[in-house]
Amino acid sequence: MPPVMPPPLRNALRPLAITFVPEIAGATAAEWSELERRVTQALVTRPSAMRRQLGLFVRVLEAASRIRYRTGLAALDPGRRIALLETFAGSPLLLFRRGVWGLRTLIMLGWYTQPSVVTALGYRASPAGWGARR
Amino acid sequence: MNVVRCDVAIIGSGAGGGTAALALAPLVAAGKRVLVLERGPRFRDGDFTGRELEMAGALYADEGGFLTRDGTMTLAFARGYGGSTLVYTGTSLVAPERVIRGWGVPGIEPEDLARRSRKYMEQNNVQLLEPSLQNDNNRLFAGGAARAGFHPEQFPLNLRGCLGSSLCNLGCPNNAKQGTNRVQLPAAERQGVQVVTRAEVTRIEERRLQVLVSARPPGGKGEEPEWAPGEYLVEAPQVVLAGGVMGTVPLLLSSGLPGLSRRTGEGFTCHPAHILVGEHPAPISNDVGHPKSWFVDRAGEEGFVLETCMYFPFITAKNLTGFGAPHSALMGAFPRLQMILVLACDHAVAGNRITVDKHGAPVVHYTFTPAVIESMVRATRASARIFFAAGALRVHAPSADPPLVEAKEADRLEDRIHARHFLSGRISISAAHLMGGCGMGTGPAHSVTDDRGLVHGHRWLRVADASLFPDSLEINPYLTIMALADRVAEGLLADFERGAP
Repeated sequence: MPPVMPPPLRNALRPLAITFVPEIAGATAAEWSELERRVTQALVTRPSAMRRQLGLFVRVLEAASRIRYRTGLAALDPGRRIALLETFAGSPLLLFRRGVWGLRTLIMLGWYTQPSVVTALGYRASPAGWGARR
Repeated sequence: MNVVRCDVAIIGSGAGGGTAALALAPLVAAGKRVLVLERGPRFRDGDFTGRELEMAGALYADEGGFLTRDGTMTLAFARGYGGSTLVYTGTSLVAPERVIRGWGVPGIEPEDLARRSRKYMEQNNVQLLEPSLQNDNNRLFAGGAARAGFHPEQFPLNLRGCLGSSLCNLGCPNNAKQGTNRVQLPAAERQGVQVVTRAEVTRIEERRLQVLVSARPPGGKGEEPEWAPGEYLVEAPQVVLAGGVMGTVPLLLSSGLPGLSRRTGEGFTCHPAHILVGEHPAPISNDVGHPKSWFVDRAGEEGFVLETCMYFPFITAKNLTGFGAPHSALMGAFPRLQMILVLACDHAVAGNRITVDKHGAPVVHYTFTPAVIESMVRATRASARIFFAAGALRVHAPSADPPLVEAKEADRLEDRIHARHFLSGRISISAAHLMGGCGMGTGPAHSVTDDRGLVHGHRWLRVADASLFPDSLEINPYLTIMALADRVAEGLLADFERGAP
């Protein structure tokens, strides 16, 4: 059985993550580990075809990086990585736009659902509602 | 296989199924057996924690991430005792006369739907939220909209003891929303209607249902099912389909009932929606208080509705266009964000429909028409005017490039926010008002059901959910679903009185 997180995505996860959400560069080891866990969990429930497509799309990104900048995604400086992803996000091809959207959504799911991250944003919703504020 | 016999089987327990269950409860006193089969679990009060990922996984199909076939829109629909009434905000609007007349279904009169809607408004304790319980996010919308020349209106809400958790869309942790899980289903059960949860109807044949009851997964939320896990054959002379658009339509299509209208699955509409945010200079109360107290209805004039809303961090992040530092900066301003939900009033068009894959799972085909895109762009401009009139420094507009529009650009909105920047697949679009697929009408050539929800050619089978809508409703749909389910149940009761089944 193939791994839940496609190997190309696993290899590129960190450089992609800090490009989409720059604060992830300062994540603690526990936060990073939790992000990986949440991304993996989200992929488990998705069809295997979708996971394969994501892996394939990361390969395309890698290839584009090597052709355009003569280096892989991980070694790209942040500005070029952003430029590369912006190119795909604004591509005339829907498949490429969806690929970037899917990757960013996965990483944001892994990050913006963590209690420490949510608290740091100042989000304070509580079941107690107004009672927790007044 | 276990065989169960009943007189009426209702599939689904949301706005349609819950309503039908209570309306048909008098049959129990007359010695009939009424059964509700709900695919999702019966949640316990303590299950609603308000934690985003945990609750999305428990309540929504595909954790709320169900995608249309081309991947350009996310559809949200819930499963559980109460269906999607578990996760709505309780906004209770009567269907506009203009829309119902536009449907052109003989037998469906606006006055009749309004009368039935008022009955359920009373049953569900619908009221206007008092000003002291409204938060800044809502007050800024109402004030900004009025200053920008719009006519803001307050949402009637079905609340009882709302504490203002703001967590409606993750299931109310305080049981304040008066959904079918709080009102109609418990009342029906007290009268003897049986509700079986974790019971998925996998196939429908003439007066028979194949049902799979599943055990509660280890560590899962909710109660164990009322029936022992396993396969069942339910024999029912009368069946009411109320599993919502994403339950009813795929079940009909995959079951291959003979003589089903070729229109089944067609006419899908959903009010495609954007989340827009405006950044204010100082913190506002946004993540406390009921999230949706006000709206601006421009459906008839410009094809859109604007509603207040407040979503959770991940949903917000997902819905902001782009990534990197600008995106992060906006997320970092969370306590200063005002939020508006933009809904486009789409219409049934050829091609926008539901089909099923080889496993019987729903596949939603949806293309954004130029009219829908223009509606969303107009709505985005209107929202920007409201944000700026309310004092926002900048506005995040998906149909702008770059998406952040500064206050100093407020006089250039026509140019900055434009259909040429509406790039599907790049911007996040979602929908929660899923409608159509079994549209009402006069015959199988142009419709699937009649005005009482009877499936053409099948006197034993009715539909009682939003899939009955022949076109979009242009407002939040649950009250109209209840009104139509009430009509369906009335027709069924009349049939029983005549001894029809």
